[in-house]
Amino acid sequence: MGKVAIIGVGQSAFTRSYPGSIRELAFEAFKEAMSDAKIQGKDVDASVVCSSPEYDKQRSPAGVMAEYLGLTPGPTFYAETLCSSSSTGLKLAYSLVKSGLHDCVLVLGFQKMSEITSAESQERMGRGADIQWESPFGTMMPAYYAMYARAYLDHYGATEEDLALIRVKAAHYGALNPKAGFKKVVDLPTCLTADPVANPLKVFDCCANADGSSCFIVASEQRVKDFGIKKPVWVLGVGAASAPVNMAGRDLFTGLKVAQLASQEAYKMAGIGPKQVDVAEVHDCFTIAEMMAYENLGFAAPGQGRELIRAKETYIGGSIPVNVDGGLLSKGHPIGATGGSQIRTIVLQLRDEAGEMQVKDPQIGLVHNIGGVGLYGNVSILGR
Amino acid sequence: MAKEKKEADLRFNRFGTVAFTATTKVNDFIDYLEKGEVRGTKCKQCGMVFFPPRADCHACLSSDMEWFPVSGKGKLITFSQLMYAPVGFTQDVPYVIAVLDYGDYKVFGRVGDVPFAELKVGMELATQANRLDNGQINYVFNRP
Repeated sequence: MGKVAIIGVGQSAFTRSYPGSIRELAFEAFKEAMSDAKIQGKDVDASVVCSSPEYDKQRSPAGVMAEYLGLTPGPTFYAETLCSSSSTGLKLAYSLVKSGLHDCVLVLGFQKMSEITSAESQERMGRGADIQWESPFGTMMPAYYAMYARAYLDHYGATEEDLALIRVKAAHYGALNPKAGFKKVVDLPTCLTADPVANPLKVFDCCANADGSSCFIVASEQRVKDFGIKKPVWVLGVGAASAPVNMAGRDLFTGLKVAQLASQEAYKMAGIGPKQVDVAEVHDCFTIAEMMAYENLGFAAPGQGRELIRAKETYIGGSIPVNVDGGLLSKGHPIGATGGSQIRTIVLQLRDEAGEMQVKDPQIGLVHNIGGVGLYGNVSILGR
Repeated sequence: MAKEKKEADLRFNRFGTVAFTATTKVNDFIDYLEKGEVRGTKCKQCGMVFFPPRADCHACLSSDMEWFPVSGKGKLITFSQLMYAPVGFTQDVPYVIAVLDYGDYKVFGRVGDVPFAELKVGMELATQANRLDNGQINYVFNRP
């Protein structure tokens, strides 16, 4: 069976409040991806639409999007794994193409979070965990990740400053990304003196809600030839895993088991190890999440993640540049669009089209995208 | 013959500051809480223990369960103090959520009256039934 490629990518600007409807928001990323691949709606065999419910009011958004984007009457369906929905979209599109069922599948991720208040949004996200046994205690995403942070800092003797350095890096690159929602440079004292959200995480340890859309187009090797795609980026590995939803079911609080499992699967499929990754996008919904990702992906040994950030090894020019587009921390985190945005960044890197954020001559890139509090883990490996 | 309408068992509506589930096959959990007991379930067929309690065993597929008390002390694995809360909980801020390890099982919940500054990973706490001001009921972690 032939290889599978990503032949076009697009992303809207990520903003606090998009002045339009969800279908108009989706169109922005769609138009960019279609223009990038230089194909037309009739070339797309099927579509996968990805978001997380209860922000906007549209039920079953796939049909609505397919119609607005001109993709009917091709089959379309909805994929949801909270914050990793569009990485799940990649895995599904890859499977559809690899199986020979379709030759060209479009994946669209979107989220318009500004339709509800921040406190409502925290409640929605909290309900992405265990609504029967945890939500009645008043849970929210920052607090769940804060429990991982507490366990991590305590176990390894790492500090809040180690975490803050991750935000300083994110802010440094966010300032270079024209699509980022937060372009301000943030220094270490600002991070460390910010208001607490859920101890030990403070305001700058947390990403912010955003409105945004992302889109990428997955195609067979044959279509890459048919469409005359100059710089296809090949899907080398896709790994995914799930974990018990309730914290009481977890046996690891210093890392995310789903990320370990998903990366092992993806590395095996791609036939590579962590040392061969030249550039990575990791799910830094909180600073602690990026710290754990360094270790769960094998870029650092357990407890050694802070050495990477302290030595600036995850900056451009370091041994493994991570989130050099600003990450979720600087871009903002429009749930269903985030994975597609990470994938876009890696595709642009592998095509040498990342502008000021370009890493020198990368051959292999990795996307780590987590849904919920380590509930869903997705790791994808892409190559030139 | 007119059918008698069975009243829905909505006991679980009483769990926590704001409940998001009304009916479950483990509604007796609420009655135990009322009596001051926190209980999990144990599979009568294979012996697997569950907290939070479940009606069904995924290991042997039996639904024959018995209740066991969450008693003694658990070790504090991790915790966080919330300074900001989701809608419905803002009146409770600040409050602390935590995970206790009892060996065979773990318990997620809120910390009761132990001051935040005194909390340390590894310390021993007990799980206790707790009545809330709004008439609801939950459980909290306190010094044994």
